[in-house]
Amino acid sequence: MSRVTLIDLIYLFSATTFVLALKGLGSPKRARLGNMVAAFGMVVAVVATFFRPVDGHAIYHVPLMILGIVIGLVVAVPVARFVKMTAMPQLVAIFNGVGGGAAALVSITEFMHIKATHPATYVALEVLLGVLIGTFSFAGSAISFAKLQELMTGRPVTYPGQQVINGIVGLAALVTIGWVLVSASQTMLWVLLGLAAVLGVLFVLPIGGADVPVLISLLNAFTGVAVAASGFTLGSNLLIVAGTLVGASGLLLTRLMSKAMGRSLPNILFSAFGATVTASGATQRADGRSVRSGSPEDIAIMLGFASRVVFIPGYGLAVSQGQHVLRELADLLESRGVEVFYGIHPVAGRMPGHMNVLLAEANVPYEQLVEMDEANSELQTADVALVVGANDTVNPAAVDDKTSPIYGMPIIHADLAENVVFLKRSMRPGFAGIENELLYNPKTTLVFGDAKDTLTKMVAAVKAG
Amino acid sequence: MGNALLQYATVFMLAIFVGIEIIAKVPSILHTPLMSGSNAIHGIILVGSMTILGAATTNAEEILGFLAVILAALNVVGGFVVTDRMLEMFKPKAKTPKAGSTSEVAK
Repeated sequence: MSRVTLIDLIYLFSATTFVLALKGLGSPKRARLGNMVAAFGMVVAVVATFFRPVDGHAIYHVPLMILGIVIGLVVAVPVARFVKMTAMPQLVAIFNGVGGGAAALVSITEFMHIKATHPATYVALEVLLGVLIGTFSFAGSAISFAKLQELMTGRPVTYPGQQVINGIVGLAALVTIGWVLVSASQTMLWVLLGLAAVLGVLFVLPIGGADVPVLISLLNAFTGVAVAASGFTLGSNLLIVAGTLVGASGLLLTRLMSKAMGRSLPNILFSAFGATVTASGATQRADGRSVRSGSPEDIAIMLGFASRVVFIPGYGLAVSQGQHVLRELADLLESRGVEVFYGIHPVAGRMPGHMNVLLAEANVPYEQLVEMDEANSELQTADVALVVGANDTVNPAAVDDKTSPIYGMPIIHADLAENVVFLKRSMRPGFAGIENELLYNPKTTLVFGDAKDTLTKMVAAVKAG
Repeated sequence: MGNALLQYATVFMLAIFVGIEIIAKVPSILHTPLMSGSNAIHGIILVGSMTILGAATTNAEEILGFLAVILAALNVVGGFVVTDRMLEMFKPKAKTPKAGSTSEVAK
């Protein structure tokens, strides 16, 4: 067996580990193992590549290659290891973006390399797709990162004629593609790269911060497709399989995510959701109803008398890093015979499943985390629903207000509980920028302040009481 | 259109169906780790980046290839480490009392 065949067999092995890994990632028990299996497959493929001849000679620039990989290791490991869990979404965005960038560079460089041999038109097309999609993903991920990291506004950025401008840029990209196909011009390939970058930026600008995670999932799928396109150009089955797997599963995952938010994908991508803040942010409404606020001590007493409490955590909890104190409060209440659950909305936090990760980090026992449907049946018999840093995910407007932008999104029915308590920083509306009727409900009490501070005071008060 | 292209297209088609089938029934709590895990997998572009750098014969190719290797390595390493860190949290209950935990409450 020739060396190339042997190495291609090793690649086949790697491709198999990726399939098994994705399968494993779908079950809580095997997810971590799955990830490790894929990492192993990756290492094997990378090592094998050092020994695979290209163009009939042993590979050049081995030291440079090793240097590049070492740079990647030295930068990525600490960043991935020590960035706060709340910053997870933007971290995924940035690692996705660089992958897209790499795919674009691979396509462009391969084109430069084979141009002298006058490659067939379909090869040029593969190159163009790799460049277009890879660069788009790179630029889009960079803007997503900026939005989530609050380097720029998280609200949708809109301006007059937005669709027209996007259309013109898109059209220009198509024309450039045609141009390159006809002329095989390398310069125009760089022009395409520029246009794709602009297109990526323009595409992400009108998408609101709350929807960005769905977008990252979409861009992740795009990077997969770009990698598959590079695979066609390079003639690598491994790249085609891995890239396509990610592309296909990523698109499906994106749809599942938008479904969990009760919205359609086109709606998320093109509606500039949350551009206008419709909530007044006032503590008193025009019809004279006002909110009732209480002190942490009042709530501690209420909790002390309860027999069943449901916590409904949201992103505000994660921001204040209050998940540990919340668990402490839960433990304390449990030791006094109060039944405690956490009702987890599928999109609580910044990404689907994000809240589970944050609570698991605080050692919250798995069986206390209940998913939305179960939480809703528990709430009917709950004495207190304690909403910590969440807003849109408990907003009844999603159920009864047809004009509301979040109409149709499944919510946790905090209003079913005997008493509702909101821990909120201020009257500012949630991420979607809409008023929450539940705040004015007579059975609702608001406690203003940083979630962690308030929870700490409540723990002290429950201990004292 | 060569036989090679046809073969790649076949692989491509089949991989689409595998990709869709494989994650059809994923619980929503695993959406984020799954996204992150598949993010790491498209880091396989590192193999492509190494191939083009290994074939580079001009300065321009060298520079672009080197850049691609760095970017792809970031993607691979960051992707797997972040995913592992997320999944680390998904361990079964019991035996995870954190040393120096803030709670003094005896359970």
